Amino acid sequence: MIEIENVHKSFGALEVLKGINLTVDKGEVVSVIGGSGSGKSTLLTCINGLEPIDSGRILVDGTEVHAKTTDLNLLRRKIGIVFQQFNAFPHLTVLENVTLAPRKVKGMSRRDAEEIAVQQLSHVGLADKLKVYPNRLSGGQQQRMAIARALAMSPDYMLFDEVTSALDPQLVGEVLDTLKMLADDGMTMICVTHEMSFARDVSNRVAFFHKGVMAEIGPPEQIFGDAQHEETRNFLSSVR
Amino acid sequence: MFDYTFQWRQAFRALPQMLDGALVTMQIAVLSMVIGITIAVLLAVARNSGSKWLQWPAMAWVEVARNTPALFQIYMAHFGLGSFGIYLSPFVALLAGITFNNAGYLCETFRGALRAIPGTQVRAGRSLGMGQAKAFRLIVMPQMFRIAFLPTTNQMVWAILMTSLGVTVGMSTDLTGVTQDLNARTFRTFELFALAAVLYYCIAKAVMFAARLVAWRLFRY
Ligand SMILES: Nc1ncnc2c1ncn2[C@@H]1O[C@H](COP(=O)(O)OP(=O)(O)O)[C@@H](O)[C@H]1O
Ligand SMILES: [Mg+2]
Repeated sequence: MIEIENVHKSFGALEVLKGINLTVDKGEVVSVIGGSGSGKSTLLTCINGLEPIDSGRILVDGTEVHAKTTDLNLLRRKIGIVFQQFNAFPHLTVLENVTLAPRKVKGMSRRDAEEIAVQQLSHVGLADKLKVYPNRLSGGQQQRMAIARALAMSPDYMLFDEVTSALDPQLVGEVLDTLKMLADDGMTMICVTHEMSFARDVSNRVAFFHKGVMAEIGPPEQIFGDAQHEETRNFLSSVR
Repeated sequence: MFDYTFQWRQAFRALPQMLDGALVTMQIAVLSMVIGITIAVLLAVARNSGSKWLQWPAMAWVEVARNTPALFQIYMAHFGLGSFGIYLSPFVALLAGITFNNAGYLCETFRGALRAIPGTQVRAGRSLGMGQAKAFRLIVMPQMFRIAFLPTTNQMVWAILMTSLGVTVGMSTDLTGVTQDLNARTFRTFELFALAAVLYYCIAKAVMFAARLVAWRLFRY
């Protein structure tokens, strides 16, 4: 379970998160939508401790992310994150990209790590690209590799930050299919997304962010059919 | 005015000795590169660190190494330290001087390479549970070395040529030292130094060729 309690976060004078409260249960898929600069990415990077917070707290399975005593490297093993930029490691093959963390962070043997990697890569449809370097992959393939790389650590939670935004339109589908598959497998996910149909069809709840505030959260039927807040309606009409 | 008669045979008879010298030259160059690269990585990290206590000494090193004659740097290692009672043999002084110089230049090369690697790479590594050092070692360093490879190779050639300055601190076993000795005994100055120059040229070319092979083998992306 991820518990976000009254989290505030500023970059200099700019308050980016203004008291966020959100609880994500095991197995739940929460989509986060909202305009650019509303703090969606910042929230994700706070959850895995890449960014410090100013006040409030975030608990992952009861562990306070920003407590001084928390071993973030250990905690991050169970929180996978995939970014808008694919962040493939260009000097490693697809297989090595995926085995790197299991081997060097978890200390797995090469054989065990490769077994898991091949399994994850097959899952995302990259079984025939193991020995290829990322620069030979399309954007969609690189992004699927990034997903497999995160999954190879067997995380309990997955955070996705606009993973299709940097893709050519014809490649968006293959990545969204991968996310759907994950959701069907019961993965707990927070997906920041601009794909409204994905948010509608796949998530249990949709959160709408506006200027650092979570203006509204509810089941997709509510957000897309019967939004309670004017900003939500304005935003949705602007993206349609 | 042109009454010098070439005697190449005598020079060629000295070839085995000169090749031995070339080996010593290579030894110093390789050692100074290996140590220089190691120090340069540390200097680059220090210069990019937030801490003044690390930044300043690193910056001083780079400034002095790059803006004073290499000859002085070798002199300092031998005679300079000598006046403080620290005596370095010609070999060690030459090695120290060139390493000092290499580290200074390579630090800037590496820093340039580091700038070319997006910060998101480290973020991705950290997100997978790597600590700062591990992410640097596994993700940043390999990419850095690739970007810096060609300039590093050039520095290697430069290091080889710099070893010839060793004679000024009494180095007598490297290629220039050996040639100098032979010259003092035979006075076949032109032949001997021409031959030495050809050897330096061949070593430099061989290093570039080897580097290209290594790059081809190593950098498959
Ligand atoms: N590292 C940073 N330093 C300063 N400002 C930042 C930084 N990261 C994000 N911001 C600012 O915080 C605000 C929210 O950013 P972000 O969380 O990326 O929004 P979103 O993902 O919803 O588009 C933006 O105004 C952005 O410019
Ligand atoms: Mg964003």
